[in-house]
Amino acid sequence: MEFYVQQILNALQVGSVYALIALGYTMVYGILTMINFAHGDIFMVSTYLAFFTSTLILGLASGLNPIVVFIATLLTAMFGTALLAVVIERLAYKPLRTAPRISAVITALGVGLFLENFMVAFKPVGPAPRFLPHLIPAVNFNIGGVTVSTIQIVIIVVSALVMLLLDTIVRRTMVGTAMRAISWDKFTAPLMGVPVDRVISMTFALGASIAAVGGTLYGMAYTIDPYMGIRIGWWAFISAVVGGIGNIRGAMIGGFILGFVEIFTPVFLPSTYRDFVAFSLLLVLLIFRPTGILGRPMVQKV
Amino acid sequence: MKSAFWKRWGLLLILVTLFPLTIVLPQSGVINPYINLVLKYVGINIILTISLNLVNGYMGEFSVGHAGFMAIGAYAASILTVWVFPREAGAFFFPLALIAGGVAAGIAGLGIAVPAFRTRGDYLAIVTLAFNMIIKSVLENMEVIGGPRGFMGMEKLTSLAWVYVCVIVTLFLARNYVFSNFGRGVLSLREDEIASGLVSVNTRQVKVLTFVFSAFLAGIAGGLFAHELQFINPRSFTILKSTDMLVMVYLGGIGSLGGSVLGATVYTLVLEGLRTVLQQFGISQEWRLVVAPLMLILLMIFRPRGIMGLREFRFLTPRDDQPEMLAEQRKRIKAASRIDEVSP
Amino acid sequence: MTMLHTKHLTHWFGGLRAVHDFNLDLQPGELVAIIGPNGAGKTTVFNLITGVYRPTEGQIVFQGQNLVGLPTHRIIVGGVARTFQNVRLFKELTVLDNVRIAHYARAGYLAWEAMLYLPRFTRQEAQIRQDTLELLDIFDLADLAETVSRNLPYGQQRRLEIARALATRPTLLLLDEPAAGMNPAEVEQLMETILWIRRQFNLTILLIEHQMRVVMGIAERIKVLDFGQTIADGTPAEIQNHPRVIEAYLGVEAV
Repeated sequence: MEFYVQQILNALQVGSVYALIALGYTMVYGILTMINFAHGDIFMVSTYLAFFTSTLILGLASGLNPIVVFIATLLTAMFGTALLAVVIERLAYKPLRTAPRISAVITALGVGLFLENFMVAFKPVGPAPRFLPHLIPAVNFNIGGVTVSTIQIVIIVVSALVMLLLDTIVRRTMVGTAMRAISWDKFTAPLMGVPVDRVISMTFALGASIAAVGGTLYGMAYTIDPYMGIRIGWWAFISAVVGGIGNIRGAMIGGFILGFVEIFTPVFLPSTYRDFVAFSLLLVLLIFRPTGILGRPMVQKV
Repeated sequence: MKSAFWKRWGLLLILVTLFPLTIVLPQSGVINPYINLVLKYVGINIILTISLNLVNGYMGEFSVGHAGFMAIGAYAASILTVWVFPREAGAFFFPLALIAGGVAAGIAGLGIAVPAFRTRGDYLAIVTLAFNMIIKSVLENMEVIGGPRGFMGMEKLTSLAWVYVCVIVTLFLARNYVFSNFGRGVLSLREDEIASGLVSVNTRQVKVLTFVFSAFLAGIAGGLFAHELQFINPRSFTILKSTDMLVMVYLGGIGSLGGSVLGATVYTLVLEGLRTVLQQFGISQEWRLVVAPLMLILLMIFRPRGIMGLREFRFLTPRDDQPEMLAEQRKRIKAASRIDEVSP
Repeated sequence: MTMLHTKHLTHWFGGLRAVHDFNLDLQPGELVAIIGPNGAGKTTVFNLITGVYRPTEGQIVFQGQNLVGLPTHRIIVGGVARTFQNVRLFKELTVLDNVRIAHYARAGYLAWEAMLYLPRFTRQEAQIRQDTLELLDIFDLADLAETVSRNLPYGQQRRLEIARALATRPTLLLLDEPAAGMNPAEVEQLMETILWIRRQFNLTILLIEHQMRVVMGIAERIKVLDFGQTIADGTPAEIQNHPRVIEAYLGVEAV
């Protein structure tokens, strides 16, 4: 029993990170019907931003309150990643908005691999795995045989808050309404006075900064390396598709499903089967329910 | 009448004359082993580019998983030459192994195509991506064929002559396919799927056929690749390999066989050249991997159709489709229709 | 035998009823027009007949064969062809290839026969090329065979679209606003063309058109749709004086 409670907790921890990244995939898809294959690597860059910021802060002033360091790191990573995403969107995706849809998708794939290979070749980063400095004192609590760490609590709680916040933004604010308007009809929205370019940039910025939250939290718990964009990014992408790409709540649900797949696969199979299970799940789901769990069926325009 | 003879048979004659050279030149040492290797890579890449171009260029769909088909071809052919066929007669059975690899990849392609083409859009991208990952994961988990360590023991059967033959055969098959109902059907899908159904194209059939053919070619390329390197492992066939193919397709030109030949050749030579340049300046070879994605991005933005987009070299166009032949035929038809002049 | 017969044909888009209880009996050789204001469901009727949409309710029988549920290409092979309101050519392909594509179902060679360049393939391809050029010649497009169709002037694009539709050897031709965007002289020529191809190719024609000159000039029977419903059905003379038609076109006050 304790074993399963422990595993569920671990699954929630991993699933939170997947869900945070999946949100970025799903938001961009929702608004532009474009798979932003670079998003996983943007997440990867965010962890390095968190790494360098926290190392710098702790190197300059070691006696700071850990909470202050954590928040400063988080905000810097969010801001930096958002900036990167907007720059990518303006330079690489915007010129292709009227081109055939696959052009933008291929470009995104190129951007992702560029970021990844650039980080490998770029000396200050390099291919070796790294650890983020300890931002929050890691304390383990033992509750009835189940180990809960402060890091785990922070990850789950912060993720939940961010998701709640995003859900509110999309449902209740002007920006959210504008996003939904564009996703509904890209061509009519500007006629209604929706500033399409700005809203699209904001969507990218928002998606990227949420991924940066995921990146910072992830870096606190695991090692980071330039290839994680692929490993974690693809899983988050599956989460988004499984939940129903384009649907924000779907992305959250998908993230947790993939978290459970990751944690519970090794319980039944050798852990090297993780990718196999995740991608087979994706394939089977696509065959029987192409729109994912919460996605709405696409209407074919003739 | 010399020119008429050359027009009809010239290309074939050139191709046949070149063949002995592909055997003699490497063996006599006129071209050194490095150049020989680069030429073989050019050939393998031409086949891969044609393969992906059929799906991404001609059909206008988006496959990210062609490295998966290459993997299947590579493993299937290698298993045959190492475990099944007698080693003494390896060279004799090699073409059989290649074809078997292609067929295996084609069957996998069929398995993917049938569910994947139920709807249009990004669906194929996602399905092929999942397929590539599953193949890699399966190969990593099959200890019999080496698991993550890979599979080895193949003899170096991929000679320049074999690559040459495979490239010519691929071009022949692909050209005939492209200039048939199926090839035109695929081109029409790219532009307007509804309209092509409405002019009697069986869109599903065309998609599945083309995809299977494409997978078959990727499988052949995989077999050649494996018997060149004499060692394959699951990591040789990741999305990175698929990206190489994408760059070659979009560099040379979508919807063009000539473009595929051009794209594969230029890209392979540029990357090899870059290796030397980086070495000269003492820069880390890792920067080479940054070039391919960067090229892909710039191509998509500035020249999304590539050098030869939707155009074809003359020597790759069937004779009857060449302008003079068409003009002649038009003249004949006009002459005939003068008799009963009633057109609207 | 009736050429085309629809019964209780109804189609919903979500909560919108685009076509409501559409009944049609088309006799061989007839030329019938469907008219009605924008959004009356005319093009939807064409989409239902050609299998682009599957009707929510009702039957479509073409020469004794049920069409509901058949894939589009099978319906076309069966003898139905259509053109589009806004010309839908394969813009990046040549004039020749646009029409050759429409021969897809007529050639019987298989993919591997094509790849290996076997005699059956070359023979049938030669036939297709010949037929295509002959058809293009009829429409005065033969000299433009190698032009990319995007580069044709509008009038020729329209003609090419009709040629492409005829290449599938239809017995029933559905024309969706063929006169849209044409000047009076071109309209005049179009009317002649329509009558000429009907004779020459033995066609039954169903026509959607806004220009009354065309409809009144060539149609033998007219059906009027409004909000998906058939509000009138009769000869041109009857339709011209039909009160509900005047109402639909000119508004209630006119009555």
